[in-house]
Formats: sequence, C-alpha cells, structure tokens
Amino acid sequence: MEISHLHITLLLFFAIFVGLKLSLPRNSKIPEIYLRFVILSGSSAIVLTPFVWLLCAAFKSNEALFQFLFLPSPTEISNQTINLGNFVRLFSDARETVHGKVYFIEYIFNSIFLATATTIAQLLFCSMGGYALAKLEFRGKRLLMFFMLGTMMLPTMILLAPMYEMMVRIGWIDTYWALIVPGAANAFGMFLFRQAITGVPNDLIEAGRLDGCTEFSIYWNLVMPLVRPMSGAFCLICFLASWNNFLGPQIFIQSTEKLTLPVVLSQYVGVYSVQYGVFLAGTLIAIIPPAILFFALQKEFIVGLTSGAVK
Amino acid sequence: MPRTSHSRPNPNPLVFLGPYLIITVAFFLYPFISALILAFQQTFGPTSKIWVGISNFTYILTDPMFYRALKNTTIFAFFSIFLQLPLSLGLAILLSSSASKAKGWFRLLIFSPQLVGQIFVGILFSVLFVPRYGLVNRFIEALISWGLEEQWLQDPKLVMPAIVLISLWMYVGFNMIYFLAALHNVDESLKEAAAIDGANRWQIFRNVTLPAIKPITTFVVIMSTIGSFQLFELPYNLFANQNFGPDYSGLTIVGYLYVKAFQNGDIGMGAAVGWILTLIIMTISLIQVRVSGTARKDN
Repeated sequence: MEISHLHITLLLFFAIFVGLKLSLPRNSKIPEIYLRFVILSGSSAIVLTPFVWLLCAAFKSNEALFQFLFLPSPTEISNQTINLGNFVRLFSDARETVHGKVYFIEYIFNSIFLATATTIAQLLFCSMGGYALAKLEFRGKRLLMFFMLGTMMLPTMILLAPMYEMMVRIGWIDTYWALIVPGAANAFGMFLFRQAITGVPNDLIEAGRLDGCTEFSIYWNLVMPLVRPMSGAFCLICFLASWNNFLGPQIFIQSTEKLTLPVVLSQYVGVYSVQYGVFLAGTLIAIIPPAILFFALQKEFIVGLTSGAVK
Repeated sequence: MPRTSHSRPNPNPLVFLGPYLIITVAFFLYPFISALILAFQQTFGPTSKIWVGISNFTYILTDPMFYRALKNTTIFAFFSIFLQLPLSLGLAILLSSSASKAKGWFRLLIFSPQLVGQIFVGILFSVLFVPRYGLVNRFIEALISWGLEEQWLQDPKLVMPAIVLISLWMYVGFNMIYFLAALHNVDESLKEAAAIDGANRWQIFRNVTLPAIKPITTFVVIMSTIGSFQLFELPYNLFANQNFGPDYSGLTIVGYLYVKAFQNGDIGMGAAVGWILTLIIMTISLIQVRVSGTARKDN
C-alpha cells in the first residue's frame, strides 16, 4: 500500500492526539478538545473541497482540467492552463430559436426575475396569512391550521401530474405564472410568519385600531417592520428555492428563451459533453448569487429554518 | 379577544387569508381531486384520455421497473435515516460542546452544500466521479488504496452508493442545524446534576440529552423520510447523457413518475404513481409517529 500525503497527515494527527493523551494528567480534556477540532475541521474541509475544486476547474483549460487536481503549480501556470476560455465560450455561444439568438446571460436574467417575483409574492401573501393566524380571531381557525399542517405532510409530487394537466387547460404552460402562483401562499411560510408575529405585543395593534388605522395598514406599517429579521430569512429561503428549482421549469417551460439556469445547465451537460469546463463554469456562476445572499443573511437564515421546528 | 372601538366591525380575516384560500382551492384541492380521477384514466398527452379503471395500478404493481425504483428509493431512505442522521447528530454534539472560535465557521461550512440545488450538485459530482481523474476517486484511492478506476456512475452496482455518498455531503449539515437547535434547548442544569450524581457521559447522553431532543428527532426523521422518498433531481442530473444511470440503476419513484407522465406522456399513470408514493410515505410516517409515541411512554 502506497503511503500518500493524506496518510501522513492522518498519522500525524493521531500521533499528536495520543501524545497529548499520554502526556497530560488523567481526566484532562485537552486531547478531546483537539480531537473535536480535528474532526470538525476535517468535516468542514471535506464539505468545502468540491467547491474549491469547482472554482479551480472553471478557470482551467480543457487539457488542464484533469492534468492538475486543483491548480497547476506556479511554474506551470500560463495562458494555456489557466484562462477565461470557459466563460468566454459560455457567454458567446448562442442558441438559435424562432425568436432569434439566445445567450447565456438571458438565462441568468430569467432566473433572477423568476426568483425575485416568486419571493415578493410569497413574502406578501404568507405574511398576510401569518398575520391573520397570529392576531385575528375567527371561526374555524384551528381547523384551518390543522388543514394547513396536513397539506405540509403530503408529498408535493402527487400534484405534479394533475397540475400539468391543469396548466395545459388554463393556458399557463410556457408562462412564469405556472411557477409563481401555485406556491405564492404556502402553509410553511404562513406558519413561519405566524410564529414571528405572535411575538408582537397586542397593545400595539389595539393602539393602532384606536387611532383609526385600517387593519391592512396595521399589518403593513406596524407589524411588518417589527418582523424584519424573519422576513429576511424567509426571502432568502424563497429565493433559493426558486433559484434551485429544476422540476418546475423543466415541466412547465418550453421556449428556450424562457428557460432558467437549472434547466439550461442540465441541457448543457449533454451539449458540451466532453468540454466539462464550460458547464462547470456555468454551475459556478449559478451558485454564486445564493452564496452571496447566504453569507449576508446567514444568522437570520438559520433562525428562520429552525423556528418552525423548535418552540 | 377584547372589544375594540365602538363603531369598528371585527376585522375581516378574509382580507388576509383570501390569497391563501384561493390559491389552495385552485392549485391544491382541485389538482388533488383531479389526481384521484386521473389515476383511473389513461392519457395520451394532456388532452385525450380514456377511462381504464384500476389498470394503471395493476400495471405499475406488476412492472419490474417500478420495483427497481421502489428498491432504490428505499435504500436511499434507509441510509438517509440510519447513516446520515446519526452523523448529523454526532457533528451537532461536537459543535455544541465546542468552545472554539471557529465554531460559527464550521457550522456555516458544513451547512453550505444545502444552498446548492440538487441539479447543480448532480452536475458537479458527475465530473468528480470520473474514473482515474475525478476528485472522489483520487481521494478514496489516497485513503484506502482502492477505487481509482471505479466507474461509480457507469457501474450499476456503484450507482446507489454514489448517490448515498453525495446525499451525505449535501444533507448532513442541513439536519445538523436542527439537532443543534434542539441541543441548544437542553437544560444544562439537568446534565450537571446527572454528572454530580456520578453518571458517565454515555449515561447523561442516553438519559438526559436524548429524551430532551426526542421531539425534534422525530420531526427530522419524518421530514427526511418524506424528502428521501421524493428524491429526483440528483439522479436525473448525475449521469451526463443518460438520465437515472445505466440501465435505470439510479431510478427513484419520482423518477419513475417523471418517465411515465412526462417522457411517455401518460399523465394518468403519473397520477397513479403519485398516489402509490403518497400511500407509502403516509404509512411510513404513521409508523414512525407511533414508534416514537410508544418509546416516549416507556421512558
């Protein structure tokens, strides 16, 4: 068995750990702290490596892609190995359609437009519903919430076939309506907002009512600014879900000029079958906007994800 | 609810719930009911259909391809629950007990694949699993001196293991976040009291931590099951020019639904597969709820 760098590193860590364990008094926690650190940083490294690889691969020429695992050594870096060729190819190649040529940049705009529209619609309708669930009393509220919980447990895939048939019938095939409207007011988002809005003091809402505000302006001007962190998290969740949505556009969108990044990249794997670099560059571009948003909003995001589950 | 001002009527909840109610009736209840009808019809494209009784179901339940999909999906769900969730819990415990300054970074990094859609992960790993040159092949070779030339995505025997490996990479951090939130809420004083009483670490974990995180564990198990049984995008996009792998070795139930409904154009058959899938998921979820309920009584 050949000894590699990886083995040496692992052995080294193990040796340090055993050494610490033996050299320190019994019951000392120090080796454990190191072991914990090693496991956690090792896991993080494993998770991060494919991203680093992708980042390198997008800039490598087709010949250099597999020649060097990550980047070539400094002496071998040249225009031949590291260049923007993949990106140039990606953005300059056009696909002919009946409506003229379609360039890659248009798919990026489609994705941004669709994700933004979806997010705005969901933010508005889910927060409205959440407000009613949290602050308004009405008959059948418990029943409604029970029903909503039931819809969340049902696998969404059961609706796929009938939804397609329905979209054909109402003429929404090949339009973004089919992707925006069905999810615009969903149980998950309404529960999320219900959770956040329940924390807003009732006195504030009563004061608003006494001052003669309309119920809508209480919701919009008094309550919504107070749940801004939750709104931020929710927007991120919606944006990501729409941005990464493959099955929806794959089924409902037919015109090339209306496609979104996931569907187009999935097709490019076949189109550029031997030129991995081109579709890897596209994949890199596709994961950059979510990454930026996530790093900007990560704390709110994690709070938003788990607040539905942890009371 | 306290009486508000004299002249104002009670605020009308329909103003706020209207969008949800309309959308739910139109895009949930209606398709749901039409799925019931469609399942007993054969369709040729979306418009022409004939009534076929239960023959969609008898066709599916005698189709070897369906059983392959069922087997693959079950394998995937099994590993999601019995391999991925314990790993998530382990990492969450390590993270929650860590005092390192890098803690926030670890959490962020381990979670990060969750941001990337399955479709992009599929494309990325289709290149990472290339024999001899792929990152995964080289990594495993370096680790255990095996697998450099393995054709993960061309060898039907290795297709499901590859999918499980990728899903570990994608979802371990996601479930870890839920366990972290649960661990955060465990009463520290209970643990300290147990430690003073001479309980060792395993006993504390078994008798204090585990019962305390039970509700969220049930939640995560059920959500993982529902999610696993709906796996589609990853196996669809992982195998460059052939969907679902050589000889459909990576076919899942939703993949089968997709092939029948959208590649072969029989929406009715798709609806029938959807119902079978729903029944499977409901049954398993109910069993899980029941099991966790009886376990709670024992404690």
